[in-house]
Amino acid sequence: MSIKQVELEKLIKQSIPDAEVTIKDLAGDENHYSATIKSKIFNGKSKIEQHKIVYKSLKNKMGNELHALSINTEEV
Amino acid sequence: MDEAIKKKINELIEKNDVCLFMKGTPDAPQCGFSLAVSNVLKHLNVNFKGINVLEDNEIREGIKMFSDWPTIPQLYIKKEFIGGCDIVKEMFEKKELQTKLSEKKISYKN
Repeated sequence: MSIKQVELEKLIKQSIPDAEVTIKDLAGDENHYSATIKSKIFNGKSKIEQHKIVYKSLKNKMGNELHALSINTEEV
Repeated sequence: MDEAIKKKINELIEKNDVCLFMKGTPDAPQCGFSLAVSNVLKHLNVNFKGINVLEDNEIREGIKMFSDWPTIPQLYIKKEFIGGCDIVKEMFEKKELQTKLSEKKISYKN
């Protein structure tokens, strides 16, 4: 039940190519991360829609390999 | 998704104006994210119902499909999905949550 930080970043960038991604491993256990993601794709969308885009980029990893991810999305 | 579970969830969010699907209970949250949302609601003196998904695996998995949202906690206000921990905290900080509560005619204290 863990995922490498680089893999996480890769997954997000695959789905959101223009994303500026900053990831922190909060507990140093490859299981609790926070991610700040800036992208044009979020422009004009609700926070719920923005977070759903991020969750979708992670395929089914959220709640499985990845236990906790705090998400902060920003419009550009 | 399973109709019976969907009905069960619908009943919960209809019966409870402010309904928080969480891990643990408002008195004893079992996860930091659930704790955070519960604390925001307590801070605002909002009367809310905590649904402990750890006690009911059907609801735990069902609510993820119901909301199309893969994580717990999930906050509903008058049947509207508000979001998870990050969104609720951000809305609280920007006073948007307070505005939402006013709009929905839910009493709270600042």
